[in-house]
Amino acid sequence: MVRTVFFDRDVAITQTSSIAGPKEGEGPLKKYYDYILKDDIIGQKSHEHAEIMMQLQCIKQLLNKAHLSQNDVDCVFGGDLLDEIIGCNFAMRELEIPFIGLYNACATFGEALILGAIMIHSDYMSKVITTTTSHYATAERQYRFPLELGSQRTPLSQWTVTGAGCSLLTKKEEVGVKVTSGTIGKVVDYGVSDANDMGAVMAPAALNTIVSHLSDTGRDETYYDLIVTGDLGHGGSRLLQILAKKEGLNLGKNYSDCGILIFNREGQDVGQGGSGACCSNLVFNAYLYKMLSQGTLKKILFVPTGALLSKVSSLQGETIPAIAHAVAIEVV
Amino acid sequence: MRLDKEQSKEYLAEIRKDMPKTKHVRTMVRAFLTGGIICCIGQGIGDAIKAIFPSMQEDEVGGFVTMMMILLTAILTGIGVYDKIGAFGGAGSIVPITGFANSIVSPAIEHKREGIVLGLCANMFSIAGPVIVFGISASVLVGIIYCFI
Amino acid sequence: MDMFLTYLIVFAIGGGICMVGQVIINLTKLTSARILLIFLLLGVLLEAIGVFGYMKDFAKAGVTIPIMGFGSNLAKGAIEGARESGLFGAITGGVKAAAAGLTGAIFIGFVVSLISKPHSKS
Repeated sequence: MVRTVFFDRDVAITQTSSIAGPKEGEGPLKKYYDYILKDDIIGQKSHEHAEIMMQLQCIKQLLNKAHLSQNDVDCVFGGDLLDEIIGCNFAMRELEIPFIGLYNACATFGEALILGAIMIHSDYMSKVITTTTSHYATAERQYRFPLELGSQRTPLSQWTVTGAGCSLLTKKEEVGVKVTSGTIGKVVDYGVSDANDMGAVMAPAALNTIVSHLSDTGRDETYYDLIVTGDLGHGGSRLLQILAKKEGLNLGKNYSDCGILIFNREGQDVGQGGSGACCSNLVFNAYLYKMLSQGTLKKILFVPTGALLSKVSSLQGETIPAIAHAVAIEVV
Repeated sequence: MRLDKEQSKEYLAEIRKDMPKTKHVRTMVRAFLTGGIICCIGQGIGDAIKAIFPSMQEDEVGGFVTMMMILLTAILTGIGVYDKIGAFGGAGSIVPITGFANSIVSPAIEHKREGIVLGLCANMFSIAGPVIVFGISASVLVGIIYCFI
Repeated sequence: MDMFLTYLIVFAIGGGICMVGQVIINLTKLTSARILLIFLLLGVLLEAIGVFGYMKDFAKAGVTIPIMGFGSNLAKGAIEGARESGLFGAITGGVKAAAAGLTGAIFIGFVVSLISKPHSKS
C-alpha cells in the first residue's frame, strides 16, 4: 500500500508568518520570528482569548506580508489543541475566508500542509493558508494541572510552545520552496500510558511514517539534508534513533527535532524540550523556511508528530496512540 | 496500528532502560526543608496566638492556626508564588495543610473565567474533593466503630 | 533553649513526613490529590488506634500541620461524638471538629479566588 501523495513541482510555499510567545522569544531561534509577544495574555480576558487573538493576528500578518486580501485566499486549513479546536474556529469568525478545521494534536500542521497541497495540486484551489496555534497556559490547564497548583514537573515532561504560525501555499511552476510529497500517518499505539512520556509515545509513529515515506519514494535517509520530527524532545529523539537503527535506518547528523531546536535546554528549564501544535509549526515557518529560501537547506523531510490523548481517555486507563505525517519540502 | 501485549511489554521495558533518573536525594532534601519550614511557621503562629490570648483552649488555637495557614497559602497562590514553592519543594508543599488549600484555590482561580457559579465554585474541589469525601466518610466509619466498642 | 528544641523537633518531624511523601511521589508518580488522600487517611487511622495524641504531644505542629492533622481532627471528633451522644455524634462529630479547616478553606479560598487571576508562567 502506498501512503504517499506526490505533487510534482507545482505546490509552492510562497510566504510564512510567525508569532512567538515570550519564552520562545528568548530561545535560540529568536532572530527568526516575525513577532515576539511581550506577555502571554496580550491584554485579553483569558489565555484562551489570547490564543485566538494570536491565531487571528498571525493570519492577518501573513496576508500583509504577501500583499493579499482575504478574498484572494481560497481556504484556511488549521487546528489547535483546545477542546473543539476553538482557537482556530473562533479566530476564523473574524475573517471572510472559507475554513476547514483539523485535529491531529501536535501533528495538525503536517496534516494541514498535505491537505492544502492536495487542493492546490488538483487545481481545486489556488491559494491556501495552513495554520496551527498552541499556548502553554491553555494546554497546561486542559491536559495537566491548574497553573497555580504547586506541583513538580517530571524529568520526562515537555514545555508546550506558545505561538502561532502560518504558511501560504500557492500554485507556481518557477523554482521555489515546494511541497513535493506527503506521507499520511497511521495511528500507532505501542502501549505507553505515561502522559508525561510523550517522546516514547510518538517515536514509533514517527518511525512508521518515515519508513513508509522512504520506501514509497524509493529514497534513503541520506537523500534529505535534514529529517526533522515535530516534538519528540531530547529523550524521544534518542529513542527514535535507536528504533530506526533496528530498521536499518541511520538517523545521524541530518536528523533533528523541532522540540530540541526551539528551546535552549540548559537555560530554559523545559524538561525534554518543546511540544504542542505550534512547536513544529513555529520552527518550520520561522526558521526552516528561511533556511530553505536562502538555500542553506535544499531538501527536508518535515515530520510533525502528535499524541492523540484526551484527559478522559487517560483517566479511563487507555494507552496513548500517536500519529505522524511526513512532508517532503524541497527547493526545486 | 497497535502492538499486542507481549511486544508492548518489550517496548516499555526498552524505554525504561533509557529514562532520565529522578533525582531522589535532591528532591527528598528539598521536600524535607520545605515541609519542615512550613510546619515551623505553623508552630510559630500557634505560639504567637497562645502568647496573645493565654486563656484560649488548645483546640481553638489549632483551628486558628489551620485557618491562618490556609489564608497564607491562598494569598501566596493568588499572587502566583505558591506554585514556585511547589516546584522547589515537591511533597514538602503538598503534604502540609497548605497543599490542601493550594489545591482548592488554584483550580478556582483557573476556572474563574467560566463564571463564578459553574466555573469558580464548581471547580474548587476538582482536586481537593476526594480528600473531603474520604476524610468525612472515614471519620463516620471510625465513629460508628467506636459506638459499638 | 527549650523553645529551640521544640522547633527543632517540629522541623525534623514535619520535614520527615514530607520527605516520606516525596519518596512515594518519586517511586509511584502519584499526583497531589492521591498524596493528600494517603496522608489524610493515615491521620484518621493513627487517631482511631489512639496513637496520634502521643505523636502530637511530642512533635506538635510537626504532625498537625501536615494533612494528617486534619484527618486526626476528623476522627477525633467522630470518636468523641460517639462517646457523648452515640450514633448521631459519630456521624456529626467529625465535621464539627474539622469545621475550622473546612470552613476556612472554602471561605478563604472563595474570597481569594474572586480577587486573583492566573499568572503567566515561564
